[in-house]
Amino acid sequence: MECVFGLVGDGFALVVADTSAVNSILVHKTDEDKVMLLDSHKLLGASGEAGDRVQFTEYIQKNVHLYQFRNGIPLTTSATANFTRGELATALRKRPYSVNVLLAGYDKDIGPSLYYIDYLATLHKVEKGAFGYGSFFSLSTMDRHYHSGMSLEAAIILVDQCIKEIRSRLVISPPNFIIKIVDKDGARECAWRETINEAEVAPAEAIPEAGTVTA
Amino acid sequence: MSIFEYNGSAVVAMVGKNCFAIASDRRLGVNLQTIATDFQRIHKIHPKLYIGLSGLATDVQTLSQKLAFRHKLYVLREERDMRPETFASLVSALLYEKRFGPYLCMPVIAGLGDDNVPFICTMDCLGAKELAKDFVVSGTASESLYGACESMFKADMEPDELFETISQALLASVDRDCLSGWGGHVLLVTPTEVHEKTLKGRMD
Repeated sequence: MECVFGLVGDGFALVVADTSAVNSILVHKTDEDKVMLLDSHKLLGASGEAGDRVQFTEYIQKNVHLYQFRNGIPLTTSATANFTRGELATALRKRPYSVNVLLAGYDKDIGPSLYYIDYLATLHKVEKGAFGYGSFFSLSTMDRHYHSGMSLEAAIILVDQCIKEIRSRLVISPPNFIIKIVDKDGARECAWRETINEAEVAPAEAIPEAGTVTA
Repeated sequence: MSIFEYNGSAVVAMVGKNCFAIASDRRLGVNLQTIATDFQRIHKIHPKLYIGLSGLATDVQTLSQKLAFRHKLYVLREERDMRPETFASLVSALLYEKRFGPYLCMPVIAGLGDDNVPFICTMDCLGAKELAKDFVVSGTASESLYGACESMFKADMEPDELFETISQALLASVDRDCLSGWGGHVLLVTPTEVHEKTLKGRMD
């Protein structure tokens, strides 16, 4: 039940993702970072099949870096989005990636932007977008409360409303979420929203030494 | 649900007196969920030639990029824009190349020929051309569009009347199709100018 959603505010863009790594009914970990920093001013939030997600996003990240090394200037968000769509489209009829991607970026002359790219390589520039079962709840919540040019405080309140909606209405909702932001100061982690702390789940207990076990 | 109905679309083109109009809906959906209400389905090849693509959105984008590329190469070689009939043959050939793994798009091509005679045609996803003298339709709302256009169309309409007719036909048809709608995008092309307008219909 992976949930990724994002929105564009006044001079910033937010990408929120759940942080559960799941295999069938087992939760491997609850602090898996699914929003990758592509470069200083780009975020790539991805959801989908685990192997494809990691491989594809790392591939995009390395290619974005390569462009910067070769040309001395970073790719624009629009160019990165089109490159990502191109890779997904080329792979679609050969060996398709099952990865849905929300790409957020900040360009000096354009400002913040958010691109929705689904696993079939459908690209669309959006102000708010979401993937997964959580999208049924987060998109409606955003439709109701979102407006262009929201301040960061208002946007975080909206994100919290979406997370609350997902937690209360999605049958197997993820316990933790990560919120990342990209603005003129760069792409970085903004906040975590946790209900299960990984450190508490597996406490480091001292294993009793041999000979001290009482019968 | 068929793969052609995955994203939802409606495209229509009509012929008037020395002019043509091409219109599409604006919804981008994923099955029952609406993702965007400003999706661009009609692409300009050159000022007197437009192609509207219905069907799977990813192939709409891939195909429009490929066609723009092919047209640019043509212009570099021939030093002139493509005639609509030639472009229709190009699209047909491009689609048939993928006969056993096709682009899941159904294009509607509309243009003004050399002597400003309007040309419209549609084809299926394999490139079977259908020329028409009055109107062509495509998309999930195509059946409603056939009915609406058949009843509203008149031969040799002036640009203003043509614009009104195609707008009414589009909005009436997409209202009966849950997968297309959220407004409309209409382009009216005459030998001298291009009118582009966004329609507001039932936003649902």
